[in-house]
Amino acid sequence: MRSGAARWFNLNGWRDIIIAAPYAWLIAFFLIPFFIVIAMSFAVTAPTSPPFAFGDGFPWIDMRNFARLFGDWLYVRAYLTSVWNALIATVLCLLVGYPMALGLTRVSRSWRNILLMLVILPFWTSFLLRVYAWIGLMGANSWFNRGLTGLVNMVLPADMALRSIPMMNTNFAVVLVMVYSYLPFMILPLYANLEKLDQTLNEAAMDLGSRPWRVFLDVTLPLSVPGIIAGGLLVFIPASGELIIPSLVGSASDPMIGRVISDEFSSARDWPMASAVAVALLFMLVIPMMVYQRFEAKAQGEDAQ
Amino acid sequence: MNRRPMFLISCLAFGFAFFYVPILSMIFFSFNKSRLATVWGGFSVQWYGKLFKNSQIIDAAVLSIEIALVSATIATILGAMAGIALARFRRFRGRTLFSGLVTAPLIMPEVITGISSLMLFILMAEWIGWPGKRGFTTVTIAHITFSMTYVTTIVQSRLSSADISVEEAAADLGSRPWQVLKDITLPIISPAILSGWLLAFTISLDDVVITNFTTGPGATTLPILVWSKVKLGVTPDINALATIIVVIVGAGVAAAGIIMHRTDKRREREVQLAIKANG
Repeated sequence: MRSGAARWFNLNGWRDIIIAAPYAWLIAFFLIPFFIVIAMSFAVTAPTSPPFAFGDGFPWIDMRNFARLFGDWLYVRAYLTSVWNALIATVLCLLVGYPMALGLTRVSRSWRNILLMLVILPFWTSFLLRVYAWIGLMGANSWFNRGLTGLVNMVLPADMALRSIPMMNTNFAVVLVMVYSYLPFMILPLYANLEKLDQTLNEAAMDLGSRPWRVFLDVTLPLSVPGIIAGGLLVFIPASGELIIPSLVGSASDPMIGRVISDEFSSARDWPMASAVAVALLFMLVIPMMVYQRFEAKAQGEDAQ
Repeated sequence: MNRRPMFLISCLAFGFAFFYVPILSMIFFSFNKSRLATVWGGFSVQWYGKLFKNSQIIDAAVLSIEIALVSATIATILGAMAGIALARFRRFRGRTLFSGLVTAPLIMPEVITGISSLMLFILMAEWIGWPGKRGFTTVTIAHITFSMTYVTTIVQSRLSSADISVEEAAADLGSRPWQVLKDITLPIISPAILSGWLLAFTISLDDVVITNFTTGPGATTLPILVWSKVKLGVTPDINALATIIVVIVGAGVAAAGIIMHRTDKRREREVQLAIKANG
């Protein structure tokens, strides 16, 4: 018996175990929960425990949640707010991150290693504490808010002078903290892309008489499009479903979709509605997600060659 | 290019100021005497003392580290298995679904992963009577699920850039497939396994959203405790906690950087010596 098991293991068993163990885990704890969310979105809330019920007749599907989703301005507005905030954060990350990534490729090798480490360092410290750091800065009494208020008051007429700038609990705060938190996700893929570019192309364009600005527009920028897309998706996808940042610094009257899902689920205990909002969010993200996945597959393929 | 790119250098300076001013401000105010977290009232280290006497924070930190150790270890084993399967087993039944399952948790919004795991645990408790209560086990399971796929990505990319001919040579020389895996493939991926474990450990230690949904009464991790405190406003003891974390992580990242730098230098020197010896 024992030798039989050993023979099985040595022949093919080890291979089956290597595939089956992670496969089974992901089916049990990722795929099945995912299907539960989809099924739940077609159920209705009920005063039972757990708090849901399916429709009576076949196929037990109830579209009430989705009708509410598209009929209620509150939900539509939350989607629009999420996409808008995530889009602005992505564009700002690109505007700040691109010159930084390009700058990193132009400094000396030893400086480059130190600076790259400094880009990654905040990423390894707690996400929550990075949000927290900004809560301290944005408060009405902080040195940052006072300084900024002073600057603004210099240009404002005296009778319109502000006491402080109301930054906390606004969409401005959400975008600012999202840019701060997700900037490394933009810089790192851009840097990886720009570093691989052939410098001789730049030199050739310069030798042929192009100005630096034209060299950038005609040579560097088009060649860095893959890095821009990768970085942009790495910022946009998590930003549009973000929960922590809008909960801590965002506006309660104009919430983002992640917060709506969490509130429907925990406070309202409406599992079916929370699931329907989640399914709609996934539909919204499916195109950027597929683009990203194809991109990753292509990059993996290139690495293998 | 002989002109110094002044514009890019100033962008770098601005960018790093943006990165570090909030963190430095937090560190500065952790030494504040005043209860007000953002108004300076003189130097003091009292918040550090209070932090170490706060058993709630210490317990939460210990629980977080325990969960992170267990979940990172299991996630590394499962994730490395998936990485080997995807990089080395060209064809098996259900490969397409498998590779989809490995990337999906990486791009799934955390809120959705959180509510779906919680619904699974509640329905399982309802139907099969397990898990009886939510806490250490459920949080650990949820952490394993989303951090193992990071390990897979790292191991897979290490294996696809490694030369497969070494493994083929071992097989040609008569090694059994299982021996090839044990003696050749595993040593090749050992650096990837180490960095995968570190990443899984950090992700688990840092997670708020998924833990928030899958934990139960009596199992408060450090991020959940900080989250509930921060919701009520800025307090100086959190500044002190943040400073300790930044110092530990900073020292770790710097040490890793120095070690990598030295290995790089040594390799360069060895390559040059080899070239000289052959030339």
